[in-house]
Amino acid sequence: MRPEREFVRFTRLQRTLHACMIVSFLSLATTGLTLKFSYTGWAVTVSRLLGGFQTAGFIHRSAAILMFGVFSAHLYGLVRLRRGEYKSWRALLFGPNTMLPTRQDLHQFIGTMKWFVGRGPRPQYGRWTYWEKFDYFAVFWGIAIIGSTGLTLWFPVFFTRFIPGSFINVATIIHSDEALLATGFIFTVHFFNTHLRPEKFPMDTTVFTGHMPLKELKRDKPLEYEALVASGELESHLEEPQPEIVVRTIRAFAWIALSIGFSIIVWIIYAMLFAYR
Amino acid sequence: MATTSSRWAATRLVWAGLLLFVLGASSAPAADVTNDDCLACHSDKTMTTKRGGRTVSLFLDGKKFGGSVHNALSCTSCHADLEGKDLPHDAPLARVQCGTCHSDEQKQHAASLHGRAIAKGDPLAPHCVDCHGNHDILPVKDRHSAVAPLNVPFVCGRCHREGTPVQLNRNIDQHNILENYSESIHGEAVLKKGLIVAATCVSCHTPHNILPHTDPNSSINRRNIAATCTKCHAEIEEVHRKTIRGELWEKEAHVLPACPDCHQPHKVRNVYYSQGMADADCMRCHGNEKLKASDGRSLFVSAAEIAGSRHARPRTQATPVACSQCHSEVNASRVRPCETITHPVDCSKCHEQQGQQYQRSKHGQLLAAADKTAPSCKECHGTHHILDKQDPESPSFSTNVPTLCARCHREGQKAAVRYTGAQHEIVQHYTESIHGKGLLKSGLTVTATCTSCHTAHMVLPHTDPESTVNPKNIPATCGACHHGIQEQFVESIHSASITQTEKALPVCSDCHSAHSIRRTDETGFKLDIMDKCGRCHEEIAKTYFDTYHGKVSRLGYTGTAKCYDCHGAHDIQRVTDPRSHLSRANVVATCQKCHANATRRFAGYLTHATHHDPKKYPFLYWTFWGMTTLLVSTFVFGGLHTLLWLPKALEMRRELRAEDARADAEKSGAETGEKDVASKDGDHAG
Repeated sequence: MRPEREFVRFTRLQRTLHACMIVSFLSLATTGLTLKFSYTGWAVTVSRLLGGFQTAGFIHRSAAILMFGVFSAHLYGLVRLRRGEYKSWRALLFGPNTMLPTRQDLHQFIGTMKWFVGRGPRPQYGRWTYWEKFDYFAVFWGIAIIGSTGLTLWFPVFFTRFIPGSFINVATIIHSDEALLATGFIFTVHFFNTHLRPEKFPMDTTVFTGHMPLKELKRDKPLEYEALVASGELESHLEEPQPEIVVRTIRAFAWIALSIGFSIIVWIIYAMLFAYR
Repeated sequence: MATTSSRWAATRLVWAGLLLFVLGASSAPAADVTNDDCLACHSDKTMTTKRGGRTVSLFLDGKKFGGSVHNALSCTSCHADLEGKDLPHDAPLARVQCGTCHSDEQKQHAASLHGRAIAKGDPLAPHCVDCHGNHDILPVKDRHSAVAPLNVPFVCGRCHREGTPVQLNRNIDQHNILENYSESIHGEAVLKKGLIVAATCVSCHTPHNILPHTDPNSSINRRNIAATCTKCHAEIEEVHRKTIRGELWEKEAHVLPACPDCHQPHKVRNVYYSQGMADADCMRCHGNEKLKASDGRSLFVSAAEIAGSRHARPRTQATPVACSQCHSEVNASRVRPCETITHPVDCSKCHEQQGQQYQRSKHGQLLAAADKTAPSCKECHGTHHILDKQDPESPSFSTNVPTLCARCHREGQKAAVRYTGAQHEIVQHYTESIHGKGLLKSGLTVTATCTSCHTAHMVLPHTDPESTVNPKNIPATCGACHHGIQEQFVESIHSASITQTEKALPVCSDCHSAHSIRRTDETGFKLDIMDKCGRCHEEIAKTYFDTYHGKVSRLGYTGTAKCYDCHGAHDIQRVTDPRSHLSRANVVATCQKCHANATRRFAGYLTHATHHDPKKYPFLYWTFWGMTTLLVSTFVFGGLHTLLWLPKALEMRRELRAEDARADAEKSGAETGEKDVASKDGDHAG
């Protein structure tokens, strides 16, 4: 029997970038937090496991380069997307599948709130929900803030040609707290929203495999589904499922990433609540 | 004139002047020259004459002359050749003949070494005036007299000390006379204790009848020396064990040892005996290996051991140290000379300084308190086989010192169990320390051992203000070797000479520890130092750990800036001090030690900043709280969203499960219908 074909939600580039982002982000978080929480015994142990502070610093900077790479590749992907699928920036940015927040997102947010409190049905979401858009722009914001302060801390001698030395202190606070926000948010809210929601528990692998069961598309993204059916393009977005070995590998990778993320959350909570100075 | 020394020229001029003066005064009415006549010219301070190319004063202080022993005499009494001459007189005058009055002294002097030298025309030979002076001669009993007992060594020493023409050019077989004398018991009594009855040069050599010791008439001739010494040491023969019947010493001086055979001239010390009793007398019994005391102790003394010891070739005497020099209470008139011994050997008789130090030390205090565990000299130095501390075999040779001290100070040993302070496992710690490794592993004999810091003989607890390891003295103690460091330290803010405070200032050992001193380039030391500084500088250390350098070093990385990298180690100054490494002029260079191209702006980085202080660091404070607000609000929003979602999501999950179950049931129902006949077992399993 032929397996049921699945809807392709993410391109190969997007999936690769997400995987790279995970590697980069976890490395940055682990190495960075050892420094932030250097007063805990855990930090010293982790730093030693990573090969000492210098190696940890090297990993942190390498991961930062990878992150910048991911970001650039994504921008390049957008350019390619405009040339290929969308033909114009206008279609890409203001079409029905835009990542930019729209009036519809506001309505859906209100609708979702009502649904949460039992005052209405679950809104009919399109390709990108408002929380997905929030996550997406959080990365833009994070890269801008953490990236710029990070570069300042990386090359303080160069930057203090233009800014006062005490701004390095300010950059440290911003870099470290913004990173705390990013790690905290990704490892809790983002994990829940996209991977761990009870209806998808324990793991939603869509972002890794790129595939989404058609049934799920109909249920979670009805607007997109209907649009695709109406335009008759649905068939062109369906593909054979990934081979079993690929899915297994992906699951293993995802589980490792998730565990690291949760460990970091536990560590953060411990450091903030029980060892804070 | 040309052959005589310039001093002579001067003296003669004075005489000459006086003579002229007397003559001049007498010339007018009669032939009588009065002192006033002389002073009429010679009281002029500017009165000079040229002699041998030198300007010589002819001034005579009337007051001094008035105070002299000769004040009642007229000038012409001495300057006899002025008698009846016209004034002003011709220069020069003849030499004054003191013998006119002091005929005995003059005679003795003429026959003495000095007088004979004068007769030979020796320009270095002293005349009366060289010792006694001229117009200002005081009575001998006057302590200002040039020949008063306290001044005699200096008068004689003018010629008889190292480096003078006399000592260099004349045949004198004694050396360092004045130095040795000043260290001798006589010299010490005269010069240090002002004991005017103690022997000076003239007590032995006589004032005027000075003769070489080879001369049978000399007071220091072998025949006469006993008589000379007994002038003061009247009963000394009695003291010398009564073995020499009083007269023997003087009668048979050629047979018996004379005083200086034991008490070397000029070096006279109460303990410089050479042989009191023959060692052979002692060895007659103590050479027996089986000799035992009543309590079972062996009383055997190995002659070979003694022969190999330092005392076999002492520095202070030509002959080996004799048994009786240490075991001094022996009485050779007894059959068993040692039966009169009542006290243990007292090394301080010779090693006086060490003895004094020992008595002051903790070891000495314990001994004085009759503590059985107290170490005396022999516990460290041994007894008959004492070796020089330069001898590698000696227990006090530097590489052996730790083992020596460890005998008592190792954990569990008698000194360690008594100790109540904080220093434990000192021997092991020392061995592992940089000093211990330097000494014991690298064999570097100049490395600090126990005694380098604690001293060998004046070991005192650190609480004693005189102790070398008292905090007050530690910089000097360490500075004995680490002098360059001490120089920096005493100028630093931590030095007690710079900072006046009630609080305890840190000294070397507070950062470097006492016995476990580590290399400062070791990781452990580098990481510990911040806590060490933090013991006093609590707040500033805390904020240091809030910033990058501190956080990094918390993680165990030593390459980052630690306290001393910026503030200096031993030369720490207030940051407002221009000498400070962090002063405005120096701070950029200090940053550049690590951050090669650092600028002044870069130096503005706050290395001790905290975001908890809104007054001192407002923008850090507000940045922190701005970020915290952002964090908290984002988490509150995200968290609420998630929490509200959770029940709905669970509901959905239940519905989906039910849906799936229905779908499965429909599917399996259809499949069961098809396969019903084919497999009954499969049905059971489902």
